[in-house]
Amino acid sequence: MINKVVQNAHEALHGISDGMTLMLGGFGLSGIPENSISELVKRGVKNLTCISNNAGVDDFGLGLLLQKRQIDKMISSYVGENAEFERQMLNGDLDVELIPQGTLAERCRAAQHGIPAFYTPAGYGTEVAEGKEVRDFNGKPHILEHAFAADFAFIKAWKGDEAGNLIFKGTAINFNPNMCGAAKITVVEVEELVKPGELDPNFIHIPGIFVQRIFEGKNYEKRIEQRTVRQI
Amino acid sequence: MLDKNGIAKRIAKEVKDGYYVNLGIGIPTLVANFVRDDIEVEFQSENGILGMGPFPLEGEEDADLINAGKQTITALPGASFFDSAMSFGMIRGQHVDLTILGAMEVSQHGDIANWKIPGKMVKGMGGAMDLVGSAKNIIVAMMHTNKAGQSKLLKNCALPITGVKCVTKIVTNMAVLDIVNNSFRLLERAPGVSVEEIKKVTQGDLIVKGETPEMKL
Repeated sequence: MINKVVQNAHEALHGISDGMTLMLGGFGLSGIPENSISELVKRGVKNLTCISNNAGVDDFGLGLLLQKRQIDKMISSYVGENAEFERQMLNGDLDVELIPQGTLAERCRAAQHGIPAFYTPAGYGTEVAEGKEVRDFNGKPHILEHAFAADFAFIKAWKGDEAGNLIFKGTAINFNPNMCGAAKITVVEVEELVKPGELDPNFIHIPGIFVQRIFEGKNYEKRIEQRTVRQI
Repeated sequence: MLDKNGIAKRIAKEVKDGYYVNLGIGIPTLVANFVRDDIEVEFQSENGILGMGPFPLEGEEDADLINAGKQTITALPGASFFDSAMSFGMIRGQHVDLTILGAMEVSQHGDIANWKIPGKMVKGMGGAMDLVGSAKNIIVAMMHTNKAGQSKLLKNCALPITGVKCVTKIVTNMAVLDIVNNSFRLLERAPGVSVEEIKKVTQGDLIVKGETPEMKL
């Protein structure tokens, strides 16, 4: 077994520096790498480019990095829940690239799988297609999209073992598996870190080969963005 | 004239046995409340679930179980979870039978605009461009006019578009329409709404043939 364990978020972020491009898992506030984000805030690294589906809310998730002006550029599909984000974007303080959600996921997956580029119909005929190669397949136009290139991927999984094998839970899975191995260094935080052999190999979502560093996270808040219930 | 629930109720009649359905945020989310209970349907939410169930009871909310609108949900027996790339594989690969989404504008060519108001609202397209770029069957749920009373059914979209020539059907608070020969075709009118009233608030070309039946809800 190749041991991927680091002791904590501080050790996991070794080598991070200003100006890097980061991938961060999560959809809304679900499945976000809370411990790694806290550590990024603590270290104060800046001029970051962040690839993440959303930008958190004002006081949680990536919103914490926005508050401290640590992010220069966001690459996301939907950023509607964050007033500070909107303010910085409309001011021109923050560079924002909005891309279709499926394209975002596939650009991660392409990087993970060593595929430099792919064609997709999403965004054809829209602003998103401007300047991109268009090619017809089966009579339908598609646009060329490229794999991302990132320095770090920050992932949140439910359970992991010391070899870096991962299992995700519910819809907290989202972009997390697609970002594993899609950056030079993949850092995973888990709610429960177990010994090798404790996870059934038949039910591993992501094999440890895609992971460089894993640690057990602490004090998960797991905030709910839109608590919605039904009446009996 | 229908309210939002009325629109959802009418659209629910388009949901057929054995369908996998993706519901957008807003009025489309309400459709799930009105689907007949004698048919089998699975709802897909693009953040990674098939077999989405109703909202949880108080005390049973789970931060790891949400829909695309970030609301807490439940998973029905037979549900599955998956990553975002696979989720959009289902969408792009046309495995989802029906897509229902909201819009700010629809053109008579079937173009849709629902992601951006330049200089004003820039929230992003989320999964909408992937959905409209690939789905075979797209129903738009929206009000017939905007808050200023202007038509949302246009000759050409004025706002930045989300996708071209993709909308198959439109259900508004006033009418059901589809798109044929680059025109809106009136299929049904809402209870108490006349064809004349619909004509007045439809800026795009409108085809009306014979008697237009009233919606059955």
